[in-house]
Amino acid sequence: MINQVIQDEVPGAGDVPRARGRAIVVTSGKGGVGKTTTTANIGTALAALGASVVLVDADVGLRNLDIVLGLEARVRHHVLDVLEGIATLDDALVTDKRVPKLRLLAAAQTREKDDVDTAAFRDLIGTLRDRFDYVLIDCPAGIEKGFVNAIAGADEAIVVCTPEVAAVRDADRVVGLLGDDRKIELIVNRLRPALVRKGKMLSVDDVNDILHLPLLGVIAEAPDVIISTNRGQPVALDPASEVGESYRAIARRITGQDTGAPEIPREKTLFGKLFGGRS
Amino acid sequence: MIEFLNRVFGREPSSRTAKERLKLVLLSDHLSLAPDVIEALKHDLFEVISRYVEIDAANCDVTFEQREKQVAMLANIPILGMQKRPTPPPPTPASHTNGSPKPPRKASANGTGTPRRRRRKVQPQNMPQPQLAQGSPQPT
Amino acid sequence: MSARRIVLTSGKGGVGKTTTTANLGAALAKSGKRVVLVDADIGLRNLDLVLGVEKRIVFDLVEVVEGRCQLRQALIKDKRLENLSILPAAQTRDKTAISELQMAEVVEQLGALCDYVLIDCPAGIEHGFRNAIAGAGEAIVVTTPEVSAIRDADRVIGKLHERGLPVRLIINRIRPEMVRSGDMLSVDDVTEILAAELLGIVPDDEEVIDTTNKGEPIALVAESRLAAIYAKIARRLEGELVPFTALNAPGFFERLFRKAG
Repeated sequence: MINQVIQDEVPGAGDVPRARGRAIVVTSGKGGVGKTTTTANIGTALAALGASVVLVDADVGLRNLDIVLGLEARVRHHVLDVLEGIATLDDALVTDKRVPKLRLLAAAQTREKDDVDTAAFRDLIGTLRDRFDYVLIDCPAGIEKGFVNAIAGADEAIVVCTPEVAAVRDADRVVGLLGDDRKIELIVNRLRPALVRKGKMLSVDDVNDILHLPLLGVIAEAPDVIISTNRGQPVALDPASEVGESYRAIARRITGQDTGAPEIPREKTLFGKLFGGRS
Repeated sequence: MIEFLNRVFGREPSSRTAKERLKLVLLSDHLSLAPDVIEALKHDLFEVISRYVEIDAANCDVTFEQREKQVAMLANIPILGMQKRPTPPPPTPASHTNGSPKPPRKASANGTGTPRRRRRKVQPQNMPQPQLAQGSPQPT
Repeated sequence: MSARRIVLTSGKGGVGKTTTTANLGAALAKSGKRVVLVDADIGLRNLDLVLGVEKRIVFDLVEVVEGRCQLRQALIKDKRLENLSILPAAQTRDKTAISELQMAEVVEQLGALCDYVLIDCPAGIEHGFRNAIAGAGEAIVVTTPEVSAIRDADRVIGKLHERGLPVRLIINRIRPEMVRSGDMLSVDDVTEILAAELLGIVPDDEEVIDTTNKGEPIALVAESRLAAIYAKIARRLEGELVPFTALNAPGFFERLFRKAG
C-alpha cells in the first residue's frame, strides 16, 4: 500500500511500481451453484481483511451481483457505459458503506453479452488490476460469449461446484475450456454432510476425484444465504454465521494468511440443531 | 432461535425486506426497458409544462434514479420564460381519465411542488393564444 | 395433429428447469400422453443425466439439424415409460451451432409424433434462450422464491410476452418452514411480484438429489410427495382445475425426530 501512496503523491515516481492486483474469475458452467454469492462474499471478506477489492459483474442482461450485495439502489453506471465512454470508471464504481475497501462495477441490465467486446473487457480488467489488490469477476452461467468475456483478463479462476452430478459435469467442461495457463481452484458449495453420510449426496472427494483441482474451500448448505440475500447483507459480514466463516477462511487462504487444508463442514448434532446457528 | 429473537426485538422479517427491494429494483428494470413508454411520458410531460412556461425543448431530459426506498423521476427542463398568457387548463369533465392539469396556481415551474404566489396582471384582450403542440389531451 | 410445444425457462440458472422438464414429462407420460423432451442446452447438456439415459446417446440435436441422422434415430425411448422419449443436446458444441429457424423446424417435426414437446431451455436470455423458444407455442417459467431468481424470471417473462407466448409459473424449491418464519418469500409474494398465472408449487425436497444421482425422475417414485405434486401439475396442464396442495411445514418436534436428514 505504501507504494500506492508514493505514486499518488509524487506523480512520475514510477520507479516504485505497485504490485499488480490479482484478477480472479469465479465460474462454474452450471447456473445456480453460487458464483454470485461466492464472488460477493469472498470480495467482502478480502476487503474486510484490508485489501482493496473490485467486484465486476459480467452477467450482462441478468445482473445480480448488485442485489446480492444490497447495492442495487446505488448503481448509476455499468461496465458498458465505461467501455463505450459514456461514463468514467469512477462514475461507475459503487462504494459499499459497510465495507470501505470494496467497490462494485455492475453489469448492464438492458443490454446483451454480445454487446461486450472481449478485448476491451480484457483491457478494463487490466486497468482495474492497476488500481486494486483484487479484481473478482462474476461469470455468467454457460460457456458462450458471456463466459469468454468473463475469463478474458483473468489469470486465475475459482470453479464453484455443488456436489451434484449435473454441476460436476458442467464444471468439468469449464475446466477444460479454461485451459492450462490459468491457476484454477475449487470451491464445493452447498454441501449437506448428513446426506453425504447416507450416501445420498456426492462427497467432496467424489467431486474432486472427477475434477482434480486444488481445494480452496467447502461451504455447507444453510438458510443463512437466502436470508442474507433477502436483506442484501453478505453473509461474510455476519460473525455468527458458519457459512460466513467459511468465506472468511477462503479469503484468508487467498491472501496466503492461512495455508492449512480447508475444513470440511461436519454434520450438525442434535444439540447443534437445537441451539446452534440458523441452520 | 435467532429468528425468534429477531421477531421479539422487532426486526423486520427478511422476506418483507426482500419483497420491498424486489419491487423497487423491478420498477427500475422495467423503466429502463421501456424506452417507448419513456418517450411518450417525456413528450406529454414537456407538452403540459410548456403550457405554463416556455421551455428549451431541445435540452429537456427525464431520468429515473433508484434510491434507497423509492425510484424517483428527475426532470431537467430548462425554462426560457413565462408564456405570454398562461393557458387555462382544459375543462375537467367527469369522464377525463388522463390527469388533466390542476389550476395553474398549484403548479410551479421550479419543480419543487411548492405553490408560487400568483401576481395580479392585467390581461390585454387581444394577446395571441400560445400554440398547443397537439389538440386537446388524449385520454390514456 | 400437432402437439403442444412448451418451453421451460427461467433466466436464472439452477432453479430446476431440467428437473421440472424431466418430471413433468414423466408425469404426463405416466398419465398416457406421448411426450418428447428436448434438451436445448447445447454444450452443457443435463437432461440425459437427470433421466439416466446418458449412456444411450447415439445422436443429438445438432446432428439432426446438420442432417447427419434422422430425427427418429436421435430419439431415445425411456425404458420405464413407453410414452416418453428424449432428444439430447450436443455436448461438444455450443449454442451458436443451430439457428432459431432450425430449432423451430425440429420442434415442428417432433410435434407430429406426440402430444407434448417439452423444451428444456438453458439459463440466460441470449442465443440459447432464443433457440429454445423458437419452436414453442407456450412457456412455463420456473423460479425459486429467491431475490435473484425472481428478478431474472421477471426479465424472461418480459421477453416471452414480447414474443406473444402465454406464460405460466412454477414456484420451485419452496421451504414452507422458512416462509412461515418470514425468511423466505411466500407463494403470494412471488405471484404478486411476477403477475403470472400459477401452474405449480413444488417444495424443496432433498430426495431429488438422490434420485438425480441415480438418474430416476422423482415423479416415478410412487411414494414420494413430489410425485403426487408433479402429477397434479400435469393435470393442470391438461386443463383440469386442481387445487394446490397445502404445504404444511413440519412442526418443531417433527423436525427433530424426522428420519430424513
